Amino acid sequence: MSPAIELRNISKQFGPVQANRNVSLKVESGTIHGIIGENGAGKSTLMSILYGFYQADSGTIQVQGQELKINSANDAIASGIGMVHQHFMLVDTFTVLENVVLGVESGWTLKASLDDARETLIQLEKEYHLEVDVDALIQDLPVGLLQRVEILKALYRKADILILDEPTGVLTPQEADDLFRILEELSKQGKTVILITHKLREIMAITSHVSVMRNGEMVAHLKTSETNREELAELMVGRKVLLRVDKTSSSPKHEILRIEHLNVKDQNEVSRVKDLSFSVHGGEILGIAGVSGNGQTELLETLTGIRSFQGGSIQFGAQKIQSGDKFDASLMRDLGVGHVPEDRQRMGLVTSFVAKENAILGYHRDKAYNSTFEMDETFMLEDCSSKMKDYDVRPANPELQSSLFSGGNQQKLVVMREMSRNPELLIVGQPTRGVDIGAIEFIHRRIIAMRDAGKAVLLVSVELDEILSLSDRILVMFSGEMMGEISADEADERRIGLLMAGIREKAA
Amino acid sequence: MNEKTVNLLLVTLITTVNLLLAFIISGFVIWSVGEDPWFALKTMLYGAFGYDEGIGYTLYYTTNFIFTGLAFAIAFHCRLFNIGAEGQAYIGGLGVGLICLWLEDLPFAVILPTAIAASALFGAVWGAIPGYLQAKRGSHVVITTIMFNFIASVLMVYLLVNILIKPGQMSPETREFGENGWLPQMHELFGWIGIQITPTPLNLSLFWAFISAFFVWRYIWHTRWGFEMRTVGANESAAIYAGINVDRNIIIAMSLAGALAGFVGINEIMGFNHRILLNFQFGYGFTGIAVSLIGRNHPFGILLASLLFGILYQGGAELAFETQTIDRHMVVLIQGLVILFAGALENLFRPQLQALVHSIFKSSSPVTAHG
Repeated sequence: MSPAIELRNISKQFGPVQANRNVSLKVESGTIHGIIGENGAGKSTLMSILYGFYQADSGTIQVQGQELKINSANDAIASGIGMVHQHFMLVDTFTVLENVVLGVESGWTLKASLDDARETLIQLEKEYHLEVDVDALIQDLPVGLLQRVEILKALYRKADILILDEPTGVLTPQEADDLFRILEELSKQGKTVILITHKLREIMAITSHVSVMRNGEMVAHLKTSETNREELAELMVGRKVLLRVDKTSSSPKHEILRIEHLNVKDQNEVSRVKDLSFSVHGGEILGIAGVSGNGQTELLETLTGIRSFQGGSIQFGAQKIQSGDKFDASLMRDLGVGHVPEDRQRMGLVTSFVAKENAILGYHRDKAYNSTFEMDETFMLEDCSSKMKDYDVRPANPELQSSLFSGGNQQKLVVMREMSRNPELLIVGQPTRGVDIGAIEFIHRRIIAMRDAGKAVLLVSVELDEILSLSDRILVMFSGEMMGEISADEADERRIGLLMAGIREKAA
Repeated sequence: MNEKTVNLLLVTLITTVNLLLAFIISGFVIWSVGEDPWFALKTMLYGAFGYDEGIGYTLYYTTNFIFTGLAFAIAFHCRLFNIGAEGQAYIGGLGVGLICLWLEDLPFAVILPTAIAASALFGAVWGAIPGYLQAKRGSHVVITTIMFNFIASVLMVYLLVNILIKPGQMSPETREFGENGWLPQMHELFGWIGIQITPTPLNLSLFWAFISAFFVWRYIWHTRWGFEMRTVGANESAAIYAGINVDRNIIIAMSLAGALAGFVGINEIMGFNHRILLNFQFGYGFTGIAVSLIGRNHPFGILLASLLFGILYQGGAELAFETQTIDRHMVVLIQGLVILFAGALENLFRPQLQALVHSIFKSSSPVTAHG
């Protein structure tokens, strides 16, 4: 039997960037095949070529043994390829049924095609154990179910090969397990699944084969049963990496930040943070876990002075801020709060600025950088240059435009700016989102070094692994509320996962 | 070759190619109405540079464009589209005129700084109000600045017809103010050192325009205030994150823009007309937008682009005067083509030229992969 998909020598170049170089890939029918690689390794480009978003500069594509030209997503669908995107492509105000039918309506009237589709869809749901109420509105469904709808959409279009791009990014661990069960069911029924991810855990959990990409090239094809996490990580990065974070137990000191009954509403008056109270001490890392969008962003922005709050108080050292008090980001900085924001491109950096300008963003009024009228550019340059070496930002060129740095180095630039001021409290959001393993290692070590120097660290991350490996205490947020606090040695994925899904532990 | 030089080269190349294209098409148009394009070009260049009077007029127009170009550019770096230089220049001129009328018995050394301050202040207020409305009320600055052009226009008509008009005359103008309030013109300056040149409206304001351009450059790229303004313009979220007051920066940027536009009043009212009159600023404010865009919103580029438009204005007038088939409208058409190609279609050939430059200087700058 010919393989479901066979790619031969695919190359793709974007301007000066070689995104794929002579990539070959063979995916056997009925298997779950993982493609792993760091951000920017070329996984997404490769899949976009397979799905017809881009055309390869050279190379061939064979689907079920037949050589094809795939020029558009329609071609891909026609040849039985379905894709579940990282960000769902669903119309919020339509029902499940309407979303599934959208674009493949049959018959003269919408009603006729919907009636037609209903039967087929319910049949599909039964066959693959993908139960969803077909008449529910998308906006009323939780994220885990939306993913099912996306899979149903692909199946309805008669996909035999299903590509999932980073499917667990928005799921709780339990929802991810559900998804894996579905994928196994699909493969049992003869469907081929391609799973794109940067999480080693997922590869080990469900794939039968795995291909590793690095710098646009395919570096290995392996049977999952014959490899391990360490080997995969090494292949992804190109050198040995430490997957575990080495740290001693914490020795908390005096309280640095205390939050009492904090309430935050967004611009639409929707309550985002509800009656939250906690404190952070010097010498500890407090991790806040939760599925993305459960109030963590608003909490971070409030604590760093970006967003105002509607109730409660924030006490930082001797300074107590009540709701209604005038405060902003520069006040919090003056008090000694460093902030590595969740989204470096949207908030942490001005990507059109050069590195030395971004290295002073937020501290640009500092006397050290200014003379009476003009800024002291010689000092800015020297200061940035030495810090870049210290924080291993590559290339260490203060005059380089920030958008030209890789994701990991952009993040190091932000981390460098905030940590080098030696703040009393460091607030970090998603420190390693879209960052390569090498940089993750570096950033984690720096965060722990800050803790060991007696500073307080508040860490928000949707990567549970990151929370578990760094935090000394863990708080879980769900829908703006605190679900519970767990100390690091009692924490495990299952317990936190339940809290993340909003299920409180029974008072025992 | 470092990245900066390559970029500068690329920008220069793109602008040159676009200008050439505009001129080639203008040439076809001129040819199609039965005139010789070469002759037209020669006439324009001669009109702009061929004799001292032409040069004087060219530079006099250039002065206005520098001010209005800067007025657009400084707001643009805060991502504000200032369409209001026209009105700001008009009101700035009102300020200058009022000072010159009021203080005309005082020495020139007192009047000059006061008049400059007044032009800046009047213009700044006219820019600050739309700035305030944008920052605090969310009224889009494009809409409000256009409205403020109209308001300035009718306000000036009202003042000149009903209040400031010199009694006993029909035309809505103030009386001419005393010579203490006259900014020396170039031919006078040259006369003092014994060189005779033909009188033109060109006056000391040109130097003030150079000084303004220099300060705008230093302000935008070398001060903490310029840094804040650029941050607000490039990424508002990052500005809030950095503790920068976005509203205040918007208002400041619009005030500075208004002040720069207001300096047109120095050139026009103090330097040439010596009275307040209607529509002395006519068209300079709008052309300033094109000047700034062609000059890449950089003061040095604006100096060059202002000179280009000075040439088009003065050389164009000469051309219309010299030939029968080419009239004022044809000159406007040429200006329009320049704006179209160098301003609106500036990225038409960018990919090709970029590839060309990259292939010549085998990109020495590091490029990272995007996922």
